[in-house]
Amino acid sequence: MLLLMEKQGLGLGLEITELRLGLPCGEPVEKKEKKEKKRVFSEIQAGDDDDDENSSSEDRKVQTKNQVVGWPPLCSYRKKNTVSQTKKYVKVSMDGAPFLRKIDLAMHKGYSDLALSFENFFSCYGIREALKDADNAEHVPIYEDKDGDWMLVGDVPWEMFIESCKRLRIMKRSDAKGFDLQPKGSLKGFIEGVTK
Amino acid sequence: MMNYFPDEVIEHIFDYVVSHRDRNALSLVCKSWYRIERFTRQRVFIGNCYSITPERLIQRFPGLKSLTLKGKPHFADFSLVPYDWGGFLCPWIEALAKSRVGLEELRLKRMVVSDESLELLSRSFTHFKSLVLVSCEGFTTDGLAAIAANCRFLRELDLQENEVEDHKGQWLSCFPDSCTSLVSLNFACLKGEVSLGALERLVARSPNLKSLKLNRSVPLDALQRIMMRAPQLADLGIGSFVHDPDSEAYIRLKNTILKCKSITSLSGFLEVAPHCLAAIYPICPNLTSLNLSYAAGIQGSELIKLIRHCGKLQRLWIMDCIGDKGLGVVAMTCKDLQELRVFPSAPYGNPAAVTEKGLVAISMGCPKLHSLLYFCHQMTNAALITVAKNCPNFIRFRLCILEALKPDPDTLEPLDEGFGAIVQSCRRLRRLSLSGQLTDQVFLYIGMYAEQLEMLSIAFAGESDKGMLYVLNGCKKLRKLEIRDCPFGNMALLTDVGKYETMRSLWMSSCEVTVGACKLLAKKMPRLNVEIFNENEQEDCSLEDGQRVEKMYLYRTLAGKRKDAPEYVWTL
Repeated sequence: MLLLMEKQGLGLGLEITELRLGLPCGEPVEKKEKKEKKRVFSEIQAGDDDDDENSSSEDRKVQTKNQVVGWPPLCSYRKKNTVSQTKKYVKVSMDGAPFLRKIDLAMHKGYSDLALSFENFFSCYGIREALKDADNAEHVPIYEDKDGDWMLVGDVPWEMFIESCKRLRIMKRSDAKGFDLQPKGSLKGFIEGVTK
Repeated sequence: MMNYFPDEVIEHIFDYVVSHRDRNALSLVCKSWYRIERFTRQRVFIGNCYSITPERLIQRFPGLKSLTLKGKPHFADFSLVPYDWGGFLCPWIEALAKSRVGLEELRLKRMVVSDESLELLSRSFTHFKSLVLVSCEGFTTDGLAAIAANCRFLRELDLQENEVEDHKGQWLSCFPDSCTSLVSLNFACLKGEVSLGALERLVARSPNLKSLKLNRSVPLDALQRIMMRAPQLADLGIGSFVHDPDSEAYIRLKNTILKCKSITSLSGFLEVAPHCLAAIYPICPNLTSLNLSYAAGIQGSELIKLIRHCGKLQRLWIMDCIGDKGLGVVAMTCKDLQELRVFPSAPYGNPAAVTEKGLVAISMGCPKLHSLLYFCHQMTNAALITVAKNCPNFIRFRLCILEALKPDPDTLEPLDEGFGAIVQSCRRLRRLSLSGQLTDQVFLYIGMYAEQLEMLSIAFAGESDKGMLYVLNGCKKLRKLEIRDCPFGNMALLTDVGKYETMRSLWMSSCEVTVGACKLLAKKMPRLNVEIFNENEQEDCSLEDGQRVEKMYLYRTLAGKRKDAPEYVWTL
């Protein structure tokens, strides 16, 4: 049986049966006049490259380009309405930083994840130090919600936060004199996420 | 003997014969029965809207009250059918409107529905009661407004997975105050907002409302008010379930839910704050149907906690974040489970998703299972063999291994033996979808054992024409065959051309058939429409016989070549 497969495999291109761990590369299958776009056996997404859940958006872009049309067989309505499709980009500003950044809230699993992103974006502007000491933190993360109010990050459940957050700002604590900025449970986790 | 009965008696007997197939059989017995049957037929099912003209249908069945129409081929769901291929509702409504048919029910799947046709529909049939649109497109909320405003005795408006353009008009407010007949309303697929006040008033004046499915714009507090007004609801689709667990609204909701003891079917949760699911635990023990396949916000652990309360489930649609472990919980809890669908939460890879282990667990715990749609990362022959042994009652078995062409990860062999075991054990199997690495051998098994098979979906499988021939020769009841990216060619296509007249349709894309073979087939079989899609943008696209066909769709028809085909469709 295996021999037969091998023999016939030669006609199809044994590459098809190879398990790949890397990103799909552009090896064309030996088929006459096939349309590269449509018949991309060798470019079929290998599920294993996603062992890092937090793969960067660049990786995702490459993967999307090489997908086979209409595979997996999920109807387009369903594809559009599953969360991996939705993006929620919001601006993030930090007092003292010369320019703003944008992050996709939908790509984050929770507050600690978000803190890590802040770390990445603003590390050279001292956010790690700023949020390290919760009680005496020099900076406080706040966000503007749907109603236009500025709220302290961390009070509400993460899903609710994503829904209502329009933009983020990491402000100096000194600008919020007299306000109780004692973080609730979620914000503590937020800060712990940064300092891990 | 029957000849001595007057027609009225025979008609009365025919009243008890309800299924389409049985009625079709009746009409073939003799001329007299044909005549009686056609005048008493009220419900007609047209699986392919191009198989017959509306005029001919109306002529044969003047008493038509309920019509079901399907348009585009199934693979249109997966973006394989180009835009504008066809499946237009318009000519059907126009023909029906002109006639004296008193249409009451219309069910459409994969059709192109315009606002104009909806408007015409709403004005043409006084007793119109039920509109069900599944996977349709081409209309906006203006069309829905016409239905709401003009169909005075509307009982059912059911919109499932349609692409609807939102025109911001208040379509829901168009239901007049005199409309009190609603039994079923489903607008979950609509993106836009509806007037919450109008919705609540509509629910309040619809005492027969049994099924209500909201879209994501309906917030939790509105849900609570609606549920207060409709304690008789049996089928509920929740839109938004996001709220602060300490709020008044949430506490009110919890109390309202306790009063809704008749809910047996639950779906939606299009937006959800998962830790608030505890509010619905009280209704879970009554549920027979649960569809959380669009509830992307619910994580695996929350799903599992919820399932533990659902001992009576017969139908479960869920996302793969439930994991193998979660399926184990389903297997322990849902002993009456008949239908299971597990969808991928991240179409291109989620390591924590389901594998063959979850399916095996289900098969061990749920012997009544007869319908399965399972997206997974891997499958083994051993698992499939076990599943086949545990669940011999499968009617529908659709397996999608996300990585195409993936073999059995334990043995590195193709999955021929596994699927072979399924068809051999499940003698009542009517629908099968294959995936993973497969040789011609699996088709040999299918041809040998799948005697009741009506629909087969194949992708990236097989080695030679023999594979397709095994199926065409062996599956006597085959009605729909859809194939993509398989090495099946002209020999397989042309060996038994008569077979296609016994089937509804055949789809082949990215296979090895050529233009010449399709032309030959079309010539031999005048009662088939053989369509090939020529999507080349080049000006000079005369089709040469030797050229490989990228997409071919053929179907039997009494209507001849259709006149509404776009330019890229060549009917040979």
